[in-house]
Amino acid sequence: MAEVPKKLTIPAEEHICSGHLACQGCGAVLAMRYALKALGPNTVYTVPACCWSVIDGPFPYTTLGVPLFHIAFEAAAASAAGLAAGLEMVGKEDVNVVAWAGDGGTADIGIQALSGAAERNDNIMYICYDNEAYMNTGVQRSSSTPWGAWTTTTPARHFKKRPKKNLVDIMVAHQIPYVATAAIAFPEDVLKKVNKAKQIKGTKYLQIFASCPPGWRMAPEYAVKSVRMAVNARVWPLLEVDNGVYTITRKPRKPLPVADYLRLQGRFSHLTEEQVEEIQQMVDHNWERLLFLEKSTHEMAGIPLEEKKKTKEPDK
Amino acid sequence: MKEVVTGNHVVSHAARVGRAQVVSAYPITPQTQVVEKISEFVADGVMDAKFIKVESEHSAMVACIGASAAGVRAFTATSAQGLALMHEVLHWAANARLPVVLANINRAMGPPWTIWTDQIDSLSQRDTGWIQFYAESNQDIFDSILIAFKVAEQVDLPAMVVLEAFFLSHTAEPVDFPDQEDIDRFLPPRPARNTVDPENPAAFGGLTGPDHYYELKYMEHNAMLEAKETIAAATQEYGDMTGRYYKMADPYRCDDAETVLVVSGGVASTAKDAVDEAREAGWKLGSLKIWAFRPFPREEVRALLLGRKRVVVVDRNISFGQEGIFCSELKASLYSQPEAPPVLGFIAGLGGRDIKGRDLLAMAKAGEDPDCPEFNWYGVKP
Amino acid sequence: MTEKVEIRGARDMPPMAKSLGRMSWNKTGSWRNVTPVIDYDKCTSCMLCWKFCPDLAVTCADPPEIILEYCKGCGVCAEECPVDAIVMREGL
Ligand SMILES: Cc1ncc(C[n+]2csc(CCOP(=O)(O)OP(=O)(O)O)c2C)c(N)n1
Ligand code: SF4
Ligand code: SF4
Ligand SMILES: [Mg+2]
Repeated sequence: MAEVPKKLTIPAEEHICSGHLACQGCGAVLAMRYALKALGPNTVYTVPACCWSVIDGPFPYTTLGVPLFHIAFEAAAASAAGLAAGLEMVGKEDVNVVAWAGDGGTADIGIQALSGAAERNDNIMYICYDNEAYMNTGVQRSSSTPWGAWTTTTPARHFKKRPKKNLVDIMVAHQIPYVATAAIAFPEDVLKKVNKAKQIKGTKYLQIFASCPPGWRMAPEYAVKSVRMAVNARVWPLLEVDNGVYTITRKPRKPLPVADYLRLQGRFSHLTEEQVEEIQQMVDHNWERLLFLEKSTHEMAGIPLEEKKKTKEPDK
Repeated sequence: MKEVVTGNHVVSHAARVGRAQVVSAYPITPQTQVVEKISEFVADGVMDAKFIKVESEHSAMVACIGASAAGVRAFTATSAQGLALMHEVLHWAANARLPVVLANINRAMGPPWTIWTDQIDSLSQRDTGWIQFYAESNQDIFDSILIAFKVAEQVDLPAMVVLEAFFLSHTAEPVDFPDQEDIDRFLPPRPARNTVDPENPAAFGGLTGPDHYYELKYMEHNAMLEAKETIAAATQEYGDMTGRYYKMADPYRCDDAETVLVVSGGVASTAKDAVDEAREAGWKLGSLKIWAFRPFPREEVRALLLGRKRVVVVDRNISFGQEGIFCSELKASLYSQPEAPPVLGFIAGLGGRDIKGRDLLAMAKAGEDPDCPEFNWYGVKP
Repeated sequence: MTEKVEIRGARDMPPMAKSLGRMSWNKTGSWRNVTPVIDYDKCTSCMLCWKFCPDLAVTCADPPEIILEYCKGCGVCAEECPVDAIVMREGL
C-alpha cells in the first residue's frame, strides 16, 4: 500500500473534487485548489459569472467542499459584504468570506462593487483569478488583457493596443490592509499569501495569475510552465502590499526574456520582433517602477528592506 | 402607542421593530430619510443591525441577498432609478428564494428628471418574482412591512412594500405602533432556509439546464400562489393583534355599487372620500383598493366585480403601447367570466400630478357614459 | 458521494437550485486522448505531478499514481516532471 509522501510542500488535504468541468490544463482550477488548501472548510465562496460558474458543475452537483453562492457578474464584492455582515449577525464571524471572480468580473463590470467594499474595508477576501480575458464567453478582451494580445474582440491584426489595467495599484489606492499577487506556478506562495490574508481583518485583495490554455491558444501541458515563465520574465511580478508597503516576493536574478514567455502562446504569435521588444520595455519599466515603490514605501514606513535571497535560476 | 410620523420614518421604524438584522441601502430622493433614520437607529444602538453603506442600489440589493443567504432578515429601501438599477438582482433575490424586504417609494422614471410619484418604477418589476403591496396610508406602510416580512419568510420569496413619493413619504400622519412584544410574537426570528452554512456545504444557483430549470419556475410560481393563503393567515393574525384587518383586494361601500372605482396606493384614501360624497348624492359608487398586486387577487376581484355594471380603473402608471397596468391585470382576471363587467381604463396622475376626489368622480362619471372608450387619458392639457 | 443524484421533478427539487451532489460522479477520464504513463524507475516521488494536476488525478501517495478515471490527459504532469518520468501516450 502506498504511503502519504513526506516531501509535500503543500497540504495533502483537498477541498475540491475531480470530475469538474474545466478544460484540460485549466489554471483557474489550480488557483482554486491552492486557495482552498489555505482557507480550509470554514469558508464560504461567492462567485459571479465566470468560468468557475461552469467549472463547479451543473445543478445538483458541486465541486467545492465549501458553500458556493452564485451571484450576478458585477456583484461579487457586494455579495461578499452581505454574506460577511449576515454571518456576523448570526455569530459566525470566524467564517472566511471569499469573493472569487475572474479578471472581467473584477477589473471591468465588478470594479464598482469591489471599490465600494474596499473603501468600506468590509471584512472579506477578494480573490481574482486572472486569465487576462473573458474566457467563459469565448475569449473576449477584458481590461486585464495585456498589450499585444489577440482575443476574439481584438483580432490579431487589431490586437489590444492598451496596457493591462493595473488593478493592484487601484486596490492599494483604497488603503486596504493587504493586497497581493500570486501565480499558479508557485503554489506554496499562493498558500502563504492566502494564509496571511486569512488572519487580517478588513478587505484583502489577491490576484492570482492563472493560465487558460484555450484562451491563450496554447497547448494545455504548458498551463503551469507559461505562468512560471510570466513570473520569471517579470511579466507578472509576485508581490505583497502590506498597509501600503510594497514587497516584491520573488526577484528572478536573471529574468527570462519576455520573448520566451510570449513564444509559448498563440495569442501573441502575430507580434513582430519590434512589438515584442516594445513589450520587453514595458515589462522592464514596470519592474523598475516596482523596485522604486518597494524602496520608497519601505523607507517611508521606516521598515528596513531585507535583501531577499535572490531566487535561483528559473527552472525550465 | 400612537405617534405622528412621516411615511419615510414609518418605513425606518418598521425595519427597526421588525428586527431587520442587515440593512443595506443607498440614498435617493424621496427615500433619503429612511436611510438617515435607520443609520441613526443603528448608531444609537436602538436597532441591533448592521448597516452596509453601499456605493449603489445595485450593491444594496446584492448585499441584502448575501445577508439573506447567510440566514438573517435583510431590508432595503429605494425609489425609481434605484429600483431600476436593481432590476437584474431583484430577479436574483426571488430566484434564490431569499425573503429580502424592500420599501419602494414610488417615483416617476427619468428623463426628464423628476422626483414626484407614479407607479411605473415598481410595476416595471412585476415579473421579477417579488410579492408587492401598495400602501394607502402611513399606517398601511407600517403594517404592510411587518406582514411582508412574515409572508416573505414563510414562502421564501422577497417582498416589496410600495408607497408614493411625498403624498405618503413626506406626509406626517398618526400611526399606531403595536407593542414590541406583540410584534415579536407575530414576527419570530427568520426560519433560515436556502442559506449557506460551512457545516453543510452546497452550491446555490449553479448552472441549471432545461431538465430542471422549468420545475424551479413552477415551484416559484406555486410559492407565489401559496403566498395568497399565507397573506390571508398573516393578515388575520395581524388583525387580531391590532384590529386592522388587511385584504388583498379591499372594497369600500361596494355592496350595491353599480360602478366600482379600482384604485391603489394613496389614491385609495381619496377614493373613499369621493365615494362618500357620491353616496350622499345617491350615486351607487364604490371603490376597490388593490393592496396586494403580486400575487394578484384574482379570485377576490372576481367575487367583488362580476355582475357590476362597470369597472373604472384609475392607473397612475402606463404600459406604453398597451394601457394602465392595473387595468390589464383586472381584465385578465375577469375575462370570459360570466357577467364580466366592462372595464374602462383611465391614466391619471403620472409624474405626481395630483389626483383629487373630484378627478376620481369625473372619471367614474365618464366611465358611466355608454360611449366611454375603453382607454382614456384623464386631464391631459391639449 | 460519487453517485448521480436523482431529481425526477418538482417533488424532490430543493426550492432553489441547491446542489448537494459532488461532481466526482463525472468520470472525466473519457475526455482524454493522450495518457500519462509514469516510469517508476525514474520517478523520485517528488510529487510535482500531484501538486500541479488540475484534475486531482494523481494520487497523493509514494509513489504517485495516475487516476485514469479522472485524468483528462492535459499533459501538465509530464511537462512538470523534473526527471521526465512521465510520458504522454496516444490513446487509452
Ligand atoms: C451582466 C452580465 N453581462 C454579461 C454576462 C456574460 N458573461 C458571463 S461570464 C463573462 C466573462 C467572464 O470573464 P472573467 O470575469 O474574466 O472570467 P473568466 O470567464 O475568464 O473565468 C461574461 C461577459 C453576464 N453573465 N452578466
Ligand atoms: S476556458 Fe480557460 S479558464 Fe475557462 S475552464 Fe477552460 S481553461 Fe479554465
Ligand atoms: S495528464 Fe493532466 S489530468 Fe492527467 S494526471 Fe497529468 S496533470 Fe492530471
Ligand atoms: Mg478571465
